[in-house]
Amino acid sequence: MSLFSYTKPRALSEALRLLRGGATALAGGTDLVTLVRHGVARPERLVDLTGIEGLRGWSREKGKGIRIGALTPLADLETSAQLAKLLPIVRESLRDAATPQIRNVGTVGGNLLQRNRCWYFRDEGVPCWLKGGTRCFAVDGESRYHAVVGAHECWMVSPSDLAPALIACDAEIEVASSLGRRRMKLADLFVAPQGKRRREHALREGELVAAVRVPEGALERRGTYLKAMERKAWSFAIVSVAASARIREGRARDVRVVLGGVAPVPWRVAAAEKQLEGTALDDNACLAAADTLLDGATPLRDNGYKVTLARELVRRALRSLAG
Amino acid sequence: MRLVVNGTPREADVREHESLLTVLRERLGLPGSKNACEQGECGSCSVLVDGELVCSCLVLAAAADGRRVETVEALGSAERPHPVQRAFVEAGAVQCGFCTPGFVVAAAALLRENPEPTDAEIREALAGNICRCTGYGTILDAVRRAARITT
Repeated sequence: MSLFSYTKPRALSEALRLLRGGATALAGGTDLVTLVRHGVARPERLVDLTGIEGLRGWSREKGKGIRIGALTPLADLETSAQLAKLLPIVRESLRDAATPQIRNVGTVGGNLLQRNRCWYFRDEGVPCWLKGGTRCFAVDGESRYHAVVGAHECWMVSPSDLAPALIACDAEIEVASSLGRRRMKLADLFVAPQGKRRREHALREGELVAAVRVPEGALERRGTYLKAMERKAWSFAIVSVAASARIREGRARDVRVVLGGVAPVPWRVAAAEKQLEGTALDDNACLAAADTLLDGATPLRDNGYKVTLARELVRRALRSLAG
Repeated sequence: MRLVVNGTPREADVREHESLLTVLRERLGLPGSKNACEQGECGSCSVLVDGELVCSCLVLAAAADGRRVETVEALGSAERPHPVQRAFVEAGAVQCGFCTPGFVVAAAALLRENPEPTDAEIREALAGNICRCTGYGTILDAVRRAARITT
């Protein structure tokens, strides 16, 4: 493991000043510690954010939806009966995420910003494109868990369970830096690595995610999260589906369908959602939407099965909203 | 760094990049927590930090400064085993024994919060611990048995 300095400020302003100076943010550490241990990340200075009290916990303001502090441990969201009533999809997405030990420590912000799980990326000895190399080794290598759609130079997949679930709830994030705050759609935080952008998110230097906001309107929609994995614990999604919709007189409105594990970003296609508007979410409508979502998919040697899996998972998730 | 380990204030010289697990095993003479996967998958390094079950291999030593840590050593001894440890022996839930400290800490943490867990709750609480001798059946038996002992 490389050497680094460590600071744990109490004030957000101090943390932001250090981040502006090029330090790396540390929250629960469940991802960063392994990246540093394996030589994939080599931070010189770490800023431990967990001493900052104001970024922990969630609250609801009537009419203004839900605000979740970025340092809230995943376990706090998963075990809150009150939140499960307001936004059951969050508990569903976290139940099968990682392990109890990791959910006790891992935070909302850390989950959203975790690095991808590609074995070429995580192998210190492999100079893959995302780490500054010339090519993606998955393209003609072992590609069982890689992207089937939306990839450019890098075929990793977005690993978060929480991200698709929150995007299906129209979540926004508050981004803070020493220069001020800005709001953006959570979906826009994720970018497919491409061209000069060898990274997975759109944060600028010195910025951190301070909070996630779910608007009031999303609380009125039904939602569900389904995840296909190889075993029930410490298993990242092979394919996951977050879906939400408002059902009125048997017809779906405001449909959202977001896939995890299939693309470098949480995968959403506006046309697929649009074609579900007003349908009864019957099998045919669900499968047609799944086909639109996966239109243009170009699986690699080992991962064509993900297309079949995603198609069926989308059908099941949407069907369950109708029922 | 200073921390309270198993009720006793301790001090240790650590390097920034070391894990809490390394500090416990190599600086503080507490080898009960085991080092295996080093990525939070196997749970053999499970300890409680400020009462919360965590993988000590994923906690930076520096981040544990000032915290309260409980390891398997605090739960019981050969002479005075913790009910969970007694139940593991009685149920034959130990084969090679490497994963046992992590399972014992996780099970004790579960029963502290939830003295009468359902089977589903036991499975969920132990989902972060791996046994490679595939002794899960007897491990579940042991936790049910420990729940009966403690209630």
